[in-house]
Amino acid sequence: MNFEDIKNGIIQLIKKAETELPRDVIIALENALKIEKGVAKTQIEAILENIKLAKKTKRPMCQDTGIQTFFVDVGLDFPHIEKLKELITEAVKKATIEIPLRPNTVDPFTGENHKDNTGDQVPYITWDFVDGSNVYITAFPKGGGSENMSKLGMLKPGVGINGVKDFVVEEMIKASGNPCPPTVVGIGIGGGADLAMKLGKKALLRPVGERHKDKVIAEIEEELIKRINETGIGPMGLGGKTTVLDVHIEKAHRHPASLPVGIAVQCWADRRAHMIIHSDGSWEVK
Amino acid sequence: MEYHLNIPVKNDEIRKLKIGDIVYVTGKIFTARDEAHHMMLDKGKNALPFDPSEMALFHCGPLLKKERNKWQVVSAGPTTSSRMEIFEDKFIEKFKINVIIGKGGMGDRTEKALKKYTGVYTAYTGGAGALAADKVEEVLGVYWLEELGMPEAAWIFKVKEFGPLVVAMDSHGKSIYKELKKQMP
Repeated sequence: MNFEDIKNGIIQLIKKAETELPRDVIIALENALKIEKGVAKTQIEAILENIKLAKKTKRPMCQDTGIQTFFVDVGLDFPHIEKLKELITEAVKKATIEIPLRPNTVDPFTGENHKDNTGDQVPYITWDFVDGSNVYITAFPKGGGSENMSKLGMLKPGVGINGVKDFVVEEMIKASGNPCPPTVVGIGIGGGADLAMKLGKKALLRPVGERHKDKVIAEIEEELIKRINETGIGPMGLGGKTTVLDVHIEKAHRHPASLPVGIAVQCWADRRAHMIIHSDGSWEVK
Repeated sequence: MEYHLNIPVKNDEIRKLKIGDIVYVTGKIFTARDEAHHMMLDKGKNALPFDPSEMALFHCGPLLKKERNKWQVVSAGPTTSSRMEIFEDKFIEKFKINVIIGKGGMGDRTEKALKKYTGVYTAYTGGAGALAADKVEEVLGVYWLEELGMPEAAWIFKVKEFGPLVVAMDSHGKSIYKELKKQMP
C-alpha cells in the first residue's frame, strides 16, 4: 500500500473542505439572496462572491481554517487500520504549509502555538466501525467563532420538548451575530452531557435542506428554522430574514432524571468534504 | 449612504456616518485580537513600534504565507469583536482609534467610548476571508509574531477600497444590534 499517496489524498481532502463549499450550502445561500434586501443582501452577496473567489484561487474561504476535525468510519476489514491516525496527523502538518492553513493549535496553559495544527488530542478524530474494507473520512474543519456559541443545557425533564425549543431559540438570540449567521444549528437531545454535545456536532454533518427521517423530529426542525429566522437577527447579525440555513436534530434515549440538550453551531462556511480509501490503498475525494 | 474614505479619517467625516451606511476605506490598518490588545495596553502608547492613531483597527487573525521573503495575505476576514469588549474603551481612549472593523458587534462600553471620542464600529462580512485578502495591497509589517503566533500578532496592512463595511455602531450612540434587539419577538 502506498501510504505517501494516501497522505496526499488526505491533504486534497482538507484542501477541498477549506476552499470549496458543498453544493447544498451554496443552494441555501442563493435562496437567501433571493429574499434579502438592503444590508442583509450585501452580506449574502459578499459571502457568495467570497465562495467563488476561494474556489477559483484555491485559497481557504475563511482565514479561520478551524480545528482540524475528522469523522472516520473504518471498515473492519481494511488492512492497515493501525496507520490511519498517523496518516491523518501527518497530512494535517503538511497541509498547514501546502494549502496553507492558519496555525490554530494553542497550548491552553502556556499559550504557545504548536504551529502545525496538531497537538494534544488534535487533529480531533471521531472513530466509528463499519462492515466492509473501505475507510470513509469526513473532513469537518471547525471555526472558533461558531464553536464559541456552543451550549449545553441540562434541562429539567418537566419542561418537555417545548422547553427544549425555547432553550434553543433563546440561545440563538444570545448568540446573535457572533457565530457568522446564516448558520446551521445542530441539536443533540438526550443521552448524557457529552453525548448530547456529540450528537449536536454530528447533526451538522447532514446536508443542508435534508430533514430528519422521523416525521415528528422533522417538524420540530422546521418549526425551529421558522422561529429563529423570525428573530430578525439576519446575516452577520445586521438584521434580515435569514439567521439559519438549517436546523438539524439528533436524539438519544435519556436518563429519566435528565434532559440534556447540546447545541453546536456552524457558521455559513459549513465546510465538509468526503474521502473513501479502498482496501488496496486507492482513494477518491468528493 | 455610501462613503469612500481615506485613513486616517477626520472626526468631522466620522460624525457624518450613521448606522446602516456602507463604507470603503483606503490606507493603513492594523490587526489586533485579544493578545495584541493586552500587549499594547500593557506597553502604552510611547513604547509601541507603530502609531495606531494613523490606522484603522481590524479585529482579525489573518492567514498569510511567506513567498520570496515577503508576506502575502491568503485569507483575512474579521474575527468575533465581542471578545475585545473588555479592552476596547481603554484602547480607543489611549490610542485614538476612530475606525474599528470587526464582526458580530460590541457592547455598551465600546458604544460609550465611540460617542465620547468620536469613532465608528464597522462590520465586515464574517468569513469572507478570501475577498478581504484581495483588498490588501501590501503587508507593511508585523509585530510580536514570535511571541503571539500568526493569528494573534499585530499585522500592518495597506488596503485599497476595503469593504463593503457596514456602519454598525456610530459616534452618536446608535447601534444596529441594539435597534434589532428592540424589535425581537
